[in-house]
Amino acid sequence: MTPDEIKKLARLARLKITDEEIEKYTDINAILQLVKEIMQEKDTSTVEPLCHPLELEQRLRPDIVTESNQRDYLQERASLANYSLYLVPQVIPPNTKNK
Amino acid sequence: MHRKTITELAEALHQKECSCLELTRYFLDRINRYNPALNAFITITEKEALEAAQEADRAFQQGTAKKLTGIPIAHKDLFCTKGVKTSCASKMLDNFIAPYDATVVSKLNHAGTISLGKTNMDEFAMGASNENSFYGPVKNPWDLTRVPGGSSGGSAAAVAAHLIPAATGTDTGGSIRQPAALTNTTGIKPTYGRVSRFGIIAFASSLDQAGLLTQTAEDAALLLTEMAGFDSYDSTTVEEAAPDFTKTLNNSIHGLKIGLPQECFPEHLDPKIKTVIDQALRQLESQGAIIQEIKLPHVMMGIPAYYIIAPAECSSNLARYDGIRYGYRCKGPVDLQDLYERSRAEAFGDEVKHRILIGTYVLSSGYYDAYYIQAQKIRRLIKNDFVKAFQSVDAILTPTSPTTAFKLGSKSKDRVNMYTSDIFTVPVNLAGLPSISIPAGFVDQLPVGLQLIGNYFDESRILNVAHRFQQATDWHRQIPKNFE
Repeated sequence: MTPDEIKKLARLARLKITDEEIEKYTDINAILQLVKEIMQEKDTSTVEPLCHPLELEQRLRPDIVTESNQRDYLQERASLANYSLYLVPQVIPPNTKNK
Repeated sequence: MHRKTITELAEALHQKECSCLELTRYFLDRINRYNPALNAFITITEKEALEAAQEADRAFQQGTAKKLTGIPIAHKDLFCTKGVKTSCASKMLDNFIAPYDATVVSKLNHAGTISLGKTNMDEFAMGASNENSFYGPVKNPWDLTRVPGGSSGGSAAAVAAHLIPAATGTDTGGSIRQPAALTNTTGIKPTYGRVSRFGIIAFASSLDQAGLLTQTAEDAALLLTEMAGFDSYDSTTVEEAAPDFTKTLNNSIHGLKIGLPQECFPEHLDPKIKTVIDQALRQLESQGAIIQEIKLPHVMMGIPAYYIIAPAECSSNLARYDGIRYGYRCKGPVDLQDLYERSRAEAFGDEVKHRILIGTYVLSSGYYDAYYIQAQKIRRLIKNDFVKAFQSVDAILTPTSPTTAFKLGSKSKDRVNMYTSDIFTVPVNLAGLPSISIPAGFVDQLPVGLQLIGNYFDESRILNVAHRFQQATDWHRQIPKNFE
């Protein structure tokens, strides 16, 4: 990955990475190259991927209410909340005109 | 008092040799005295612990005390503890007060144990040295210039130095067993699905499993019996009831077949470590165990597969830290994107950011098949190797770690080298099997651990073998000098 590709990846992951910091992340290339080489030694064309060790079926529960409303209690953990709302920077700019 | 195991401490409490309050004060004193040198604890819950101890003493007076009432323990700081800071050793959660208890915590509370605090760890459980903590590295009590291993390094160091009789941990790729090996403690990772993950801050959900760091296999069996079992809040726990793991500890191991995977004893394995493991094998043979060579042909592909799968799951799990609902929020964001990007960049450490980036990359279109799907195929091959091996043996034995405790700072600049610390432990998580690390001896005054891997849900067997080994040896009874 080039520095620009790393920056793009960081943006996808919602991580701010400055130009000075890019250097720190270039070893990702070496790690990816190494794991790919080792894994590709094996022909796996007939192997099914395994995503979970136990391969159990998802358990279902009856569709009934089990939890009570704890909104205010849980919102105590937010840095900025008011009127039972989480507050964030304005998302829709004011005076939006059709251009 | 601190040399006693949980079994012995419970006996002392039930014989009224001391009160719960005295015992709690005794261990709080040890923590306050020794923790500055070790940095094993992030939070010490002195007030809550003393209150719980008084309540435990009332239970003894009223005759309602249970087997483990009044036993002090500690929790790795990624188990949610209601009303107590649960930081995951990250700046991201430095201000996070958990709103509820993890199932493991509530089960152990219910069993009567008293939590004295929260132990240090690698940030979000990512690391093998405990150097990735926002609160600074943990030191190994056997040599304060060395690492205790990770990620459950605080729990391991605290138990090794006898600041606490036992502590919880979690293991995603070796995070209980590798620090256990490096600190001369006993560390068990149960079968995936045996213990509830509810209320444990997630790293890689298909690999994470909660377990214990203790002085003995017997203590591990006692506590695991309380921790294990179905939990309706974790759909991956199995419905099958967990047995009482203490019942089978003393079973004979005569005729038991123990497999030695040739791949885990490579030519370049440190000969001093090999000698220690060989001596342990002779001990088990003297009790009638039959040692036989086995093959796990794909086991050495575990590390590459793990360093694709774990970051992939991590990048997805850690997407929840948005700077909004809880955790760290950056100052003066100009817009929503800036709020996300700076909150996460300012609060996550380097290793966490590395893994999020790798995970994001391998899950992105164009790379998904070559990396993520290929890693999952390797995962299946590794699991199949183990399934086949267990058709001919009852347990598998390997070194826990390829090295003894290394110097602080010696591997922190070399990620690939650090990642190989878990070469013998990672395949077990990929397959989801239970495994225990127990003290097997010393090399240059540093502890060496051996790993016993069991078949699915056969924790009883590996605890049995570990207990029989500990009945015949005293490696696990060695205490680091300066902490005697």
